[in-house]
Amino acid sequence: MLDVNLASRAPALAPRSSDAGVTVAPLGPQGRLSLRIKPAALGDDTAIDGFDLSGPINSRRSAGDGAATRTALRLGPDEWMLLCPADDVEERSEALAAALNDTAHSLVDVSHRDVSFVVAGAEADSVINAGCPIDLALAAFPVGAATRTLLGKAEIVLTRLAEDRFTVTSWRSFAPYVQGFLVEAARHQL
Amino acid sequence: MSQPFRRASGGRIDRNRPLTVSFNGKTLEGFAGDTVASMLLASGQHLAGRSFKYHRPRGILSHGSDEPSALLSVDWRHDRGPGYRDPNNRASVVEARDGLVVKTQNHWPSLALDIGAVNDLLSPIFVAGFYYKTFMWPKRFWDKVYEPIIRKAAGLGEAPEYPDPDHYANRHAHADVLIVGAGPAGLAAALTASADASKRVILADEGAEPGGALLNDLTSTIDGQPAMDWVEDAVATLDGRENVILLPRTTGFGYYNHNHVCLVERVSDHRADAPEGLARERLWQVRARQVVLATGSHERPLVFENNDKPGVMLAESLRAYVNRWAVLPGDALIVVTAAASAYRTALDAKAAGMRVEIVDIRLGADCGPELAAARDAGITVRTGHTVIRALGGNRVGALVVAPIGTDGSIGPKLTLDCDCVAMSGGWTPSVHLFSQSRGKLAFDTEIDAFVPDKSVQAERSAGACRGLYDLGAVLADGFAAGSDAIGGAASPQPVEASAAFTGFQPVRVLPSDADPSRIKAFVDFQNDVTVKDIKLAVREGFESIEHVKRYTTTGMATDQGKTSNMNALGLVAGILNRPIPAVGTTTFRPPYTPVSFGALIGPARNELFDPVRKTPIDGWAAQNGAVFEPVGLWRRARYFPQAGEDMQAALARETKAVRSTVGIFDASTLGKIEVVGPDAAEFMNRIYTNAWNKLKTGGCRYGLMLREDGFVYDDGVVARLAENRFHVTTTTGGAPRVLRHMEDYLQTEWPDLDVFLTSITEQWAVIALQGPKARDVLEPFVSEIELSETAFPHMTVKTGSVCGVPCRLFRVSFTGELGYEVNVPADYGEAVWTTLFNAGQKHGITPYGTEAMHVLRAEVGYIVVGQETDGTATPDDVGLSGLVSKVKPDFVGKRSLSRPDMVAAGRRQLVGLLTKDPNEVLDEGAQVVKDPGQPIPMKMIGHVTSSYRSENCGRSIAMAMIDDGRARIGETVFATTPTGFTEAVIAPAVFYEVKGETADA
Repeated sequence: MLDVNLASRAPALAPRSSDAGVTVAPLGPQGRLSLRIKPAALGDDTAIDGFDLSGPINSRRSAGDGAATRTALRLGPDEWMLLCPADDVEERSEALAAALNDTAHSLVDVSHRDVSFVVAGAEADSVINAGCPIDLALAAFPVGAATRTLLGKAEIVLTRLAEDRFTVTSWRSFAPYVQGFLVEAARHQL
Repeated sequence: MSQPFRRASGGRIDRNRPLTVSFNGKTLEGFAGDTVASMLLASGQHLAGRSFKYHRPRGILSHGSDEPSALLSVDWRHDRGPGYRDPNNRASVVEARDGLVVKTQNHWPSLALDIGAVNDLLSPIFVAGFYYKTFMWPKRFWDKVYEPIIRKAAGLGEAPEYPDPDHYANRHAHADVLIVGAGPAGLAAALTASADASKRVILADEGAEPGGALLNDLTSTIDGQPAMDWVEDAVATLDGRENVILLPRTTGFGYYNHNHVCLVERVSDHRADAPEGLARERLWQVRARQVVLATGSHERPLVFENNDKPGVMLAESLRAYVNRWAVLPGDALIVVTAAASAYRTALDAKAAGMRVEIVDIRLGADCGPELAAARDAGITVRTGHTVIRALGGNRVGALVVAPIGTDGSIGPKLTLDCDCVAMSGGWTPSVHLFSQSRGKLAFDTEIDAFVPDKSVQAERSAGACRGLYDLGAVLADGFAAGSDAIGGAASPQPVEASAAFTGFQPVRVLPSDADPSRIKAFVDFQNDVTVKDIKLAVREGFESIEHVKRYTTTGMATDQGKTSNMNALGLVAGILNRPIPAVGTTTFRPPYTPVSFGALIGPARNELFDPVRKTPIDGWAAQNGAVFEPVGLWRRARYFPQAGEDMQAALARETKAVRSTVGIFDASTLGKIEVVGPDAAEFMNRIYTNAWNKLKTGGCRYGLMLREDGFVYDDGVVARLAENRFHVTTTTGGAPRVLRHMEDYLQTEWPDLDVFLTSITEQWAVIALQGPKARDVLEPFVSEIELSETAFPHMTVKTGSVCGVPCRLFRVSFTGELGYEVNVPADYGEAVWTTLFNAGQKHGITPYGTEAMHVLRAEVGYIVVGQETDGTATPDDVGLSGLVSKVKPDFVGKRSLSRPDMVAAGRRQLVGLLTKDPNEVLDEGAQVVKDPGQPIPMKMIGHVTSSYRSENCGRSIAMAMIDDGRARIGETVFATTPTGFTEAVIAPAVFYEVKGETADA
């Protein structure tokens, strides 16, 4: 048998710094599993393999820390995006599938489909609002919120980690556009 | 130029910050806080442009965004190179700063001496509608002669000749209360709406500083203090509130549905220190729960002969220049008015040292306390007088005035010398945004104006924009509006304000005994529309104000009739002897003031115009000389030319390599959807025409999808990865719409099905290896999968590893050759591609692009949805009736397939076309006829859908949709060429027979 471990990962984009007060930094590889399950099928058991699925629609729930961090973004009535460390995704996938064995569901690995950025700084909300029409006031989009929305001409998933800290996630091929849009917007902050 | 007309002190200018602006090559001096208009006046320059049609000398009429005359070409960043110039900037709102280069427009050879002014003498032929009357014949002259000459002679500024190098920003914002206008009403509304800190308030004003009309006001008091002290306190209070965003230099220009209001903020034009690259303007898209419109009012000019002479200004504007900018627009002022408010101008001008007289149209008995105030100040007031005409050349020099008798007769004329005139015909509320919000206007005879009546959206108007002109009333209205906007929660703070001079007597055209057919009394300064033109339009039968507007052009262009509309309307109503509401008003449309294209476009240009989607292998392709083509938003490698090759040569080499050795192709853009759930197979049965129950795990099948109407919608290979899991592929362009189509049915028709759809297009990079040597290249890198023909036959799928990376390996072919599609997680795509490509060198591996892919599939007769099909092709039309299940109870489109016309004979069917000359390549889209000798219009029997030169076939090949095509195989037909027709024979749509190990789908 040949040595076949020849391939290494090439991320969708190179880091491109924003020297403005708001930073736009690409996140490295991450494990991402798209979980689809009807709430009735899920029942009351909202903790699956350490992922907390109890959050309302458009919320982010995180449990554990470091290499054991498990995050669930609830993006729709029957849709969660489950996030875990990149090298943990196969194990999580198997564990989730086993836990949901008797339940109608769909679990699809989309780790390579999506690319995320952290947008951070005092004016991070207005940088995102350069292209995203939703209300990002803390009262309307609090810490722990997560939603599918738009940034300019790209679809994104937006989460709020802190008052001045967001993640913006798009499909891989939209990432250079999303990055360029955010870096450009950061240059024109008030 | 120095500043001979600058007052020694006062004004809202910073005398410690002098600056210069280049005006027609000369240097204007001024101070921070100036506009180009105030600098011109300070230098004694009134002549600021030439008029649109007659090239008459024009001055500065106003001090705001309603300025119709003083339009300048401004080079905002002359020092940064070309492209920063734009035309038609109103001098009255261009903030002065060092480095501006401004020029007047529409004159030759110079502003003071303009040859085009001969138009003024020829004016009897330039009446309203003259384009339509004069230049009718000969018809061919219009494009080549008349239109170019008219465009050159008549017009405003010149369009920019370079792409705009500036940046523009965009910002979405949400507010509980948006207040447009920061005059007394807007400030008062903001104070109450934001008082308890619970409401987010945005207060926007188009001016450089808040205050509105109070910026021009030195005499009014609020609570016993100068009015501007109150403004400064109010602004300081609002600044200190975290829930308030104050936006100066921000014009609300469009009011759309659901309280979506668009504002444009001028970010850097006024800043000499603006760093290069900082946005020039920012478009604010505000969604507000409640809106308060406090947009003020516009002063009306008076209509008399030569009322357009430079030096004739609006009365409030003259007051603004005197008080706010400390400029005396002349030494000898005549105030001509039908309104009380102009007396304040007279008093302030007198106090500033000008010689002042007043000519009032109104009788003394109709005047208020303003009359006594003026006379007490020693100003001569002639009440009951009219202005017959203004005299002067490039500057007004005198007015001819006369008393009006009780019977309307004109009394003895008197010529009054002057060097500037302030006129006021009263006030028109600015109802533009209210009207844009679809609110209904009502005509208020008392104030001779349309005012807001019924709101349609969650907004209210306050202050002068709804016809309140007394300062105390305006403030009270503002406080009340702010309170109303937050549900009446805030209690208004009562304030005492000094009384203002209000009231006016509407007058359309000043009485005169001059022959009306021989004089020019301007209604619309910007479009050179005179009383005569409007009378002519009405005489010719244009009675609707909308028609009068279009025929005469009154109310058009940059000022959109802000100063002229009420005079035009009143004039038409007067001629028709109808009340104004019966004539109506023209529609107010966005934008309120001109908005740059840049502001609307925002960042969406160059690389941010549209996302350019690139595959994980795009970088390799770029490094290896690929020529790209856009496919939807994707950029795909079209071919890989080697040194000296054109596309045809590259194509010949690439297509031959695939059939003789092996080709490698980036198929990552293929749409991919993972269909998962216990009902996955049932869902597939309903969406596709084929049956899926019998497809075993590990098997692949070519699937065909129809729309409800039975026409082919998309196609692609589907793999069954597990009992409940399908990997669906779609066309590159069809991926988003196929997912939508599936979700639509799933959510609306079959919500009971337990199946879920996930887009995995971008999860997987897809590397196609096609050709006799494909297996030889791939085999060394595969683990956990046996590649032999028996273990892994055509149309199967296996999971395993390639180059140590998890892989979904498809044994499929879109070329007819032995083929694999290697699906690896996207981040590994480039590494796996490079590894296979390097290892394939010894097998003659050749990268190929979309162009070769198209030729290869056409050689073996595979269709491309969207190329052979056009949304009206059934499966049978394209020879795929075998894919339509006859036993399934239903699938999308099934019923439509049995409609009579879908099964009728003679439908267009997919066939091949072989040209008589094997080297001739037909045009795609060429029409096909049976007999090129038949009379025109000919009967077209079909069209060419795909056409290529095929190296493997040694000739050209084409696919076509031909009426009843399959029954006509062997017939000779003719296809159109750019020069005529060419002969071709109808053939089966398969052109190449694959040798050796085939992949016959």
